[in-house]
Amino acid sequence: MKRRTLMKLTAATSLALSMMHGPAFADAHVDPIVIGAVAPKTGPLAGGSTVSHWPNIALWAGQINARGGLNVGGTMHPVEIIEYDDQTNPGETIKAVQRLATQDEADFILAPYGTGLNIAAAPIFARYGYPQITSTAITDQVAELSAQFPNMFFTLGGSKGLAEGAVEVLVNLRDAGDIGSKVAMVNVADAFGIELAAAARPALEAAGFDIVYDSSYPLGTQDLSPVVKGAANAGPDAFLAWSYPGDTFALTELSQIEGMDVKVFYTAVGASFPAYYGRFGAAAENIIGAGGVNADSQAFQDYRAAHMAATGAEPDYWASAMMYSSLQVLEQAIEGAGTIDRAVVSQYIKDNAFETVVGTIDFDAQNNNASFWTVGQWQDGVFRGVASTGREGAVDVKIKTGWE
Amino acid sequence: MDILITGLLLGGTYALIAIGLNLQYGVARIMNLANGEMLVIGGFSAFWAHTNIGLSPLLTVFILAPVAFGLNWLIYRVMMVPLVKRAKTRGQLEVDSILATFGLSFVLVGLMLAVFGGDYFNYSYLAVPIRIVGDTYALNRVMAFVMAVIICGLIYLWLNRTRAGMSIRAIATAPDAARLVGIDVRRLSALTFALGGAVTAVGGAYISTFLTLDASTGVVFTLKALIIVIMGGVGDVRGTIVAALLLGVLESFVAALIDPGLTLAAAYAMFITILLFRPQGLFGRKPT
Repeated sequence: MKRRTLMKLTAATSLALSMMHGPAFADAHVDPIVIGAVAPKTGPLAGGSTVSHWPNIALWAGQINARGGLNVGGTMHPVEIIEYDDQTNPGETIKAVQRLATQDEADFILAPYGTGLNIAAAPIFARYGYPQITSTAITDQVAELSAQFPNMFFTLGGSKGLAEGAVEVLVNLRDAGDIGSKVAMVNVADAFGIELAAAARPALEAAGFDIVYDSSYPLGTQDLSPVVKGAANAGPDAFLAWSYPGDTFALTELSQIEGMDVKVFYTAVGASFPAYYGRFGAAAENIIGAGGVNADSQAFQDYRAAHMAATGAEPDYWASAMMYSSLQVLEQAIEGAGTIDRAVVSQYIKDNAFETVVGTIDFDAQNNNASFWTVGQWQDGVFRGVASTGREGAVDVKIKTGWE
Repeated sequence: MDILITGLLLGGTYALIAIGLNLQYGVARIMNLANGEMLVIGGFSAFWAHTNIGLSPLLTVFILAPVAFGLNWLIYRVMMVPLVKRAKTRGQLEVDSILATFGLSFVLVGLMLAVFGGDYFNYSYLAVPIRIVGDTYALNRVMAFVMAVIICGLIYLWLNRTRAGMSIRAIATAPDAARLVGIDVRRLSALTFALGGAVTAVGGAYISTFLTLDASTGVVFTLKALIIVIMGGVGDVRGTIVAALLLGVLESFVAALIDPGLTLAAAYAMFITILLFRPQGLFGRKPT
């Protein structure tokens, strides 16, 4: 008996994991547009994709179907989402994309989550001719990738832009006389952290900053106290961490405990999560981090309200809106092109500009969205964009004053 | 000095991660690859109790421990007993249990996803500085260390001062001979497995006060626990404690004096060195 229950439970769980379908449709006359989604529901990146990726798909599909579907050449087609968990494993991402293309015969496939998984899936997207509008890939290889995979698009920006955005904020503060020139920098020893630190190091030196502490730590380190103590002992004016969510939380907590006396405190991925402010509250005030949005714009306010109503969770202040805007690009391209022919839709994306929740997205010759937010700051409980490469609505940076 | 204390505190965390697996592997001979998931479940429970009903993790464990004990006892009775019956040798049981618990880890991850979602979770508990000989440390880590000392101490006393403990040590040493002298091996194995699971879940509750967890992080802790248990010697509580403290102190010294990037490398270097010179682990007995 017990064994059977357990087996049933197992079967139900795996079924639930692999086959979470979107809403069902009563209207049997119109073929739905089948849209495949592959991203981590388990594995190391699942925490991030649960915040920034999956809720947007549910929100978007719900909105489209609530208004009757996508208007393709005058007929309304509902969308049907087929979801797969890639377990944060590139091999599984590729298999799932292949399965969506060949067995589920998806009309479109949404770009996977994260830089590595997107790059891993690029050849298979290209082979089956699917446009791949990435929203969570950060790379400086945009030119090479788009030359090789002509239907791959980039919206979140490059590591160079992100790193230089952070340095620019420091330069402005120093020139205003608010901070000195001593910077402590740490990074997670992973592709993301290494690339960002490598981009920031020369930029800091060129701007005349003195890097008084520079260290990396392995991903998943269970005690970052030595790192924080080392950085604090170097007496920096600014602390920069190219970190992932787990270490972003740990570094912040330990710096708070250590009472690290810095005027600028920067952490990368995770700083823009609502849970970050939820965890640190007032201590998070004036902490800066990667990303940001024009949080006060009506478009973002509406998006945030809809996100909370549809999924019960707040969007984060960076990748969430970017992910949603990539869905808006796809939506407008399908309706604008008036077809579900993938080649035509891809060309439409290249030729047109799109009005989205983050503003206008207009891909350049390398399929790159050159205008993106680079730095945000927690101000009065909202993570507002303070620096960007051409987005509107940046607010002034404030100095961090203590941890209370 | 502060490096040493940081290291000892980290060692305490590691002991919490590994001590349960040591019990499960040393006596019940179940190499439990779902150990990390049990730890995350403990962390989830503490998180849930703290955020929803405002219960301190220090109190949550008094509910958590019996529940986790029962759950692990069930896992042993339902999943492991058939394997134990079928296994002709210890080696076969180890291989079978590795496969079975590997599968179990996926089931547990799936259940946690269904119940809690895949989001990161953490909360603020005792995240305040405490001064020890002139340096500041996080109180939640110090609390976890104290709990590790208490838990390990109790287990050690129980194993060495009570009749049940003696029987368990007998099983760990010579399971066949233990049966001959009238020890109910299966009952005590189930008991030890369940106790190991409960200790791991309690450890998870303390660890969740200072680490950010999500449904998929269990495997990280399983790996760490495996290294520590194997280094310390299978089936000896002292070995696990010593190995955990050594590892913590080593990582802390490397991070502070050489480079934080090398902590992982140093940990594995120590692992290899110990296995080269003492393949049975620090306190393990040579196989006869």
